Amino acid sequence: MNRALPKIEIRGLKKAFADKVVLDGLDLDVGQGESVVVIGGSGTGKSVLLKCILGLLYPDAGSIRVDGEEVIGLRGDDLDRVRRKFGMLFQNAALFDSMPVWENVAFGLIQGQGTERAEARRIAFEKLTAVGLGPQVGELWPAELSGGMRKRVGLARAIATEPEIIFFDEPTTGLDPIMSDVINDLIVKCVRELGATALSITHDMASARKIAHRIAMLYQGKIIWAGPTGEIDHSGNPYVEQFIHGHAEGPIEMPVRPG
Amino acid sequence: MVILQPIGRTFLNFLEAAGRLVIFAGTGVSHCVRPPFYPRLVGRQMIEIGYYSLPVVGLTAIFTGMVLALQSYTGFARFSAESAIPNVVVVSITRELGPVLAGLMVAGRIAAAMAAEIGTMRVTEQIDALDTLATNPFKYLVAPRLIAGTCMLPLLVLVADSIGVFGGYVVSIFKLGFNPAAYVKNTVDFVETMDVVSGLVKASVFGFLITLMGCYHGYNSKGGAQGVGAATTNAVVSASILIFCFNYFITELFFAR
Repeated sequence: MNRALPKIEIRGLKKAFADKVVLDGLDLDVGQGESVVVIGGSGTGKSVLLKCILGLLYPDAGSIRVDGEEVIGLRGDDLDRVRRKFGMLFQNAALFDSMPVWENVAFGLIQGQGTERAEARRIAFEKLTAVGLGPQVGELWPAELSGGMRKRVGLARAIATEPEIIFFDEPTTGLDPIMSDVINDLIVKCVRELGATALSITHDMASARKIAHRIAMLYQGKIIWAGPTGEIDHSGNPYVEQFIHGHAEGPIEMPVRPG
Repeated sequence: MVILQPIGRTFLNFLEAAGRLVIFAGTGVSHCVRPPFYPRLVGRQMIEIGYYSLPVVGLTAIFTGMVLALQSYTGFARFSAESAIPNVVVVSITRELGPVLAGLMVAGRIAAAMAAEIGTMRVTEQIDALDTLATNPFKYLVAPRLIAGTCMLPLLVLVADSIGVFGGYVVSIFKLGFNPAAYVKNTVDFVETMDVVSGLVKASVFGFLITLMGCYHGYNSKGGAQGVGAATTNAVVSASILIFCFNYFITELFFAR
């Protein structure tokens, strides 16, 4: 692990929608091969953070460096080149429902990397097997899958191009506890096998404890605490304490109305 | 001053929306002419727009041609000008009714379908997923639709023209007692290349506008099912209005002296 140069280095990231400030000077480092989980309540800007790094949203201020290269403001081919380093598992899997499962998994290979269709199909079935789905699933359509299966297919798609960095957006939301654990195990296994750097966002503490090397807590647009997973239970930070124990009473005030 | 404020704000909002649309259109067109291309997707859209719209457009055209002949007859008979019916039918159909009515029918079918499909992709993060898989959504979703719409509408209108003129012919021969040979000769002698060409140019522009509206409203839809519904409605309404608006200006371009 190269501690000197973080894989992802975020400094002073700011993003507001109209008058609503979502990210307010956020700093975060993700080391090479490290798995960082950002925790935080619903609507605290966790998804916005990932979308800013991917260039899907344009931040108002700050810097995001991937392998030391500033990615804010990249366009066209440069942006595509950086994006090829990433894989992402979306919250609801975001499978393309106009194509069968195997084409979903093979999409990044065929469209992004120009892999031969037959070869991409072979790799797609290989990745489906890696996430515990049999070959018959490859011929199904996304609409025919259950929530857990969709997540698995989304995971297979995220790892199909063997990316250096993988993002997981609420990987266990909407799944039962057992399926959540299955997905967590798969995430840990896939990330380890690829030697990838992982950045996840979740509010599921069980999931965070399982997949994270390091946990960072996002509150009011800033990282208010970050440390190794083992230390989260004695962080000494009242906000973190309240969040991990899920108390309604505490310093964190949940806005009843957005904004 | 307070009274003027909302007017100014509305005007500025309008300009902003128009600017966004023009940028969207420009980006879409620029991706139509730059590689990589997706011939398979273009083909699929062409079949969707061209082939599957044939029944709707054909039915619209035949009844339009028929009613045109009938109405012209009842009107023209008042001053014994029945012989002008073949001419009226062919010119009205090729210049105006073919492209406009085919455009409106396709707007209802295609702009709605595109806005709903792309809008659903937007709200379920499928468009973000395209981006993260290093595939430009403009290239993958917008450009094939724009190309297909611009190419297929003229072909559809050509079919609509033929069927429309045939509809007029059928009514004139079987109901109004015209001589078939004379009717055909009258039609062919009277119609000019420019009548048909102007109609096809219109069709091409309409095809572009319809697909542009479908893509634009779908791409920018927000929220869940409600947002997609609103996008669908806006796509059809704006496409229809733009068709009428551009129809006038293209006509002026071709025929005003």
